[in-house]
Amino acid sequence: MTMRFVDEYRQPGGIARLSAEIVRLSHGKRVKLMEVCGGHTHAIYKHGLQDLLPENVELVHGPGCPVCVIPMGRIDDAIAMARVPGVIFATYGDMMRVPSSTGSLIDAKADGADVRFIYSPLDALTLARKHPDREVVFFAVGFETTAPSTAATLLRARGEGLKNFSVFCNHVTIIPAIKAILDSPGMGLDGFIGPGHVSTIIGLGPFEFIPRDYGLPIVVSGFEPSDILQSVVMILRQRAGGPMRVENQYARVVRDGGNRRAMEMLAETMMLRPFFEWRGLGFISQSALALRPDFAEFDAEVRFTVPNVRVTDPKACQCGEVLKGAIKPWQCKVFGTACTPETPIGSCMVSPEGACAAYYNYGRYSLMRQGAAAATPAGTA
Amino acid sequence: MTGGSRTESSLPAQLGRMERARIVRDGTPRLRDEHVTLSHGSGGKSSHALIESLILPAFRNPLLDSVADAAIFSSAVGSERIALTTDSYVVSPLFFPGGDIGKLAVHGTINDLAVSGARPLALSVGLILEEGLDMAILRRVVDSMATAATAAGIPIVTGDTKVVHRGKADQLFINTSGVGVLDAGVHLAVEDVRPGDVVLVSGYVGDHGMAVMLAREALELDAAIESDSAPLHRLVTALLAAAPNTRVIKDPTRGGVASTLNEIAARTRLAIVVDEELVPVRQAVRGACEILGLDPLHIANEGKLVAIVPPEQSADALRALRGHALGADAAIVGKVLAEPEGMVLLRTGIGGSRVLDMLVGDPLPRIC
Repeated sequence: MTMRFVDEYRQPGGIARLSAEIVRLSHGKRVKLMEVCGGHTHAIYKHGLQDLLPENVELVHGPGCPVCVIPMGRIDDAIAMARVPGVIFATYGDMMRVPSSTGSLIDAKADGADVRFIYSPLDALTLARKHPDREVVFFAVGFETTAPSTAATLLRARGEGLKNFSVFCNHVTIIPAIKAILDSPGMGLDGFIGPGHVSTIIGLGPFEFIPRDYGLPIVVSGFEPSDILQSVVMILRQRAGGPMRVENQYARVVRDGGNRRAMEMLAETMMLRPFFEWRGLGFISQSALALRPDFAEFDAEVRFTVPNVRVTDPKACQCGEVLKGAIKPWQCKVFGTACTPETPIGSCMVSPEGACAAYYNYGRYSLMRQGAAAATPAGTA
Repeated sequence: MTGGSRTESSLPAQLGRMERARIVRDGTPRLRDEHVTLSHGSGGKSSHALIESLILPAFRNPLLDSVADAAIFSSAVGSERIALTTDSYVVSPLFFPGGDIGKLAVHGTINDLAVSGARPLALSVGLILEEGLDMAILRRVVDSMATAATAAGIPIVTGDTKVVHRGKADQLFINTSGVGVLDAGVHLAVEDVRPGDVVLVSGYVGDHGMAVMLAREALELDAAIESDSAPLHRLVTALLAAAPNTRVIKDPTRGGVASTLNEIAARTRLAIVVDEELVPVRQAVRGACEILGLDPLHIANEGKLVAIVPPEQSADALRALRGHALGADAAIVGKVLAEPEGMVLLRTGIGGSRVLDMLVGDPLPRIC
């Protein structure tokens, strides 16, 4: 039995045609494309898509894993809030295992903090209604994809007059991160596979600077194997025939103008922070969201005192280089040795959208084959 | 810094370091945690670390060290071999589509005996009750246990009841133990698995874990998924009659089929390749997994078995499974290879391949 909207994008026949088209269009020349979104990184490895690309087409992984880019100091702050007596700390499951300087939220939970994992910010609101005598804090993370649901939750909390609910806002915006990568030297990128989910909210307009100022193609892509391969084909066609532009492969979901209502809710509840620290990318101006002053009563950063110190990543950890696409996950010194999904040192090994976790969980066999090829004279020739 | 020469020269070196680290980890699993976390109960890697590094060393003996589903030893009186197993049940909620904690407690222990090749003879039950528990709930659970035991033809012959203060347990927990006998000639051992052997599963995977999760989390997914909780002893009997050289049988509960196959690959130092297209997964389970970002092969089952059989008996094994109501949707899903050593690979639907690892962490605590 086939599953609509899933199986139709996973037909081996169509996949083989796209794969052949990529071989034809790339002419054996090296092409280096960055997939911005962690969802794409995950899909590429989950489906073994790299097996279907010719060797000369290289995909490098970008900064679009929301769990990965949160700096360690913010996790310390989260744990400090979770440890306040009376607090119920509500978080997405992904965040529970990210290490801080003093263990993870899962350790804090085992140690007595009331940490609950939830699937939607509205679940946090339900917790607040159910426990009027407790303080419920929602750990908000994510790009423009998840920020609107946080905004909707804030509006609803205010509408209901809830007094025991607040948001620890860590929402970030994707465009400044892409700019930071484009401005860092030596990347040698030939184009971008654009983030599908973020684009449903912000539309295509914000990406126009990529072809205009940097002369590179970007194709906003869906998450099925055929979506990603087709996006690669579209990028290669732009490179062959020009002009470079923003294209929408994911038109079945993404409207060119984005989702105006979601953007309005964001504007009503949140504003840009002057700067925000990204793990690995450092401080980037105008790259993250904070609650507006008129939502201060729902702002956990106002309601709680937290350490709010900058914590440097462990020395061995090269998440930053991985997030910029400057190195492949396996090139990190601790990849697969000291840093594994069970004992992660860096956040990229935690989230399913993190490049290191994708490589380790799904890609080790491909690495082994590559390694075997590289170790033999034929492979190095 | 990321030039081609570095890539080609150091990947094999890095893989060598990873392999050495893996061997060190496998040899002496390190328990670094200072507290028990929910991950230690997941059936995945943390559970293994806990068992291998804290529990096994304390009780060390040859029967326990085989870490099989049941311990098998000779009786003092006759030539018969006896199987003994135990399991505790903490599932939340107590009642879910397709089952409840009582039915699960009976089936789970029967299945641990069955997949060891034993004929279950009798069960014990230990109840830990929270003060204030509604008597109607307890009656419903006990009735369900009785019905399940009667239907399976295995009596509950001894038991124990304890009550703890309100808040010190969540409604009720159950422990069941079971004893069975192995008929002469039955020999199942993971060490017998050979390259070329065939991997079968007895039906749709992931039903139980997903049913409990949907019942508990109020995810508002409009999917009718029922737990597959069922006693497997008769199915095992049918399988062993048709394929007497069956190497090993497992029930893929916590951690799902992926964890079961990884345990087999790790113990035998062989590889297992699974073809994603051949694994039976209900559409509703696949849909829920897509939405939640989970892999059906990591989701628990309570009425399914995984069997590894020699290639010449695989057709008979499949026919025997399909001939039984509980194995009607059985399928051959993969095979055993000599290498890459200790690894489970998945051939994906689009023709790629990737590692299929054990579950790390626990997306679904307290599903059994």
